[in-house]
Amino acid sequence: MSERRLFALQRLSALLLGPLVIIHLVLILYAVRDGLTAAEILARTRGSALWAAYYGAFVLAAAIHAPIGLRNVLIEWTPLPRRAVDLSMIVFCAALAALGMRAVIAVVGG
Amino acid sequence: MGDADELIVSIWRGRETGGLVEYRVPARANQTVLDVVTEVQRRHEPSLAYRFACRVGVCGSCAMTVNGTPRWTCRTHVRKVAADRRLTIEPLRNMPRIKDLACDMNEFFGKWRRAGGVFRGSRTRDDPPMAVDPQSRNRQAANAAIECINCAVCYSACDVVAARPDYLGPAALNRAWTLINDVRHAGRSATLAQATADGGCASCHTLGSCAQHCPVGISPTASIAGLKRLSLLSFLRRTPE
Repeated sequence: MSERRLFALQRLSALLLGPLVIIHLVLILYAVRDGLTAAEILARTRGSALWAAYYGAFVLAAAIHAPIGLRNVLIEWTPLPRRAVDLSMIVFCAALAALGMRAVIAVVGG
Repeated sequence: MGDADELIVSIWRGRETGGLVEYRVPARANQTVLDVVTEVQRRHEPSLAYRFACRVGVCGSCAMTVNGTPRWTCRTHVRKVAADRRLTIEPLRNMPRIKDLACDMNEFFGKWRRAGGVFRGSRTRDDPPMAVDPQSRNRQAANAAIECINCAVCYSACDVVAARPDYLGPAALNRAWTLINDVRHAGRSATLAQATADGGCASCHTLGSCAQHCPVGISPTASIAGLKRLSLLSFLRRTPE
């Protein structure tokens, strides 16, 4: 993937992550104001297309954003060959996406 | 501590390996750091290697690291940088050292080419000159960055160049920015493609050291931010790379 594309994807995913993170944090503060149980969370999220879309987008944006940033750190701070950095970041991206989607499916599915 | 009318000057002697050698030279009124280096070479150390040409801040050849900071030495007054009458003068950072205070600038200028910094005209001598509106946004952007004297102070100050040797650096990218904003340049899209490629503008972390140290007051940081903006726009517009 070209540097221009990676740069654009990192910036655009950051643009998306900004509001998503803020809403996520505000939501946590609001939801736990008088205790919270797994049953309460699942009651709200199960079968909700809105939460599936919200956290699905969150996971995808994070899975795109984090590996591009980490790639820059590895290029600058380690002597790893570029190919090794790129391949490990593809794996990292896939792992973030898979683990994140697994969590999303767990709270909205079933 | 030396006498009140004396400077204690430590100068790097050697190549990649070497050390600081101390010299004592008279303190004079209106003395520049370049004057001090010249005095050391003329009176103490004839084999001292350093570069200079114009002595008036135009040619950009006399930059050195003075008390840890990259500076144009011909326009740096000793009294402004050595209140305690001590000077440590070393070669610029981020370039191979040739001898004493002289660096190998091949890669620095090679990166200007890699950033697409070569002007390509679209007209011949038989055509009338292209009209350039001095008030246009492009020309104003180019003007703000055009007075670079190629001294490599920004390149030496940049921590990204230090961490990542393939990074084109502030001077080369600043040059690319002036060309992209020059309506006479026939290769503007090619220059943008080169300046946004691997090691280009996306590698800049906006640390701002280049703008802070530029002796002629240019902000390569702003130029690189402009390149990043154009890079994103070209991606969104799906302009071929």
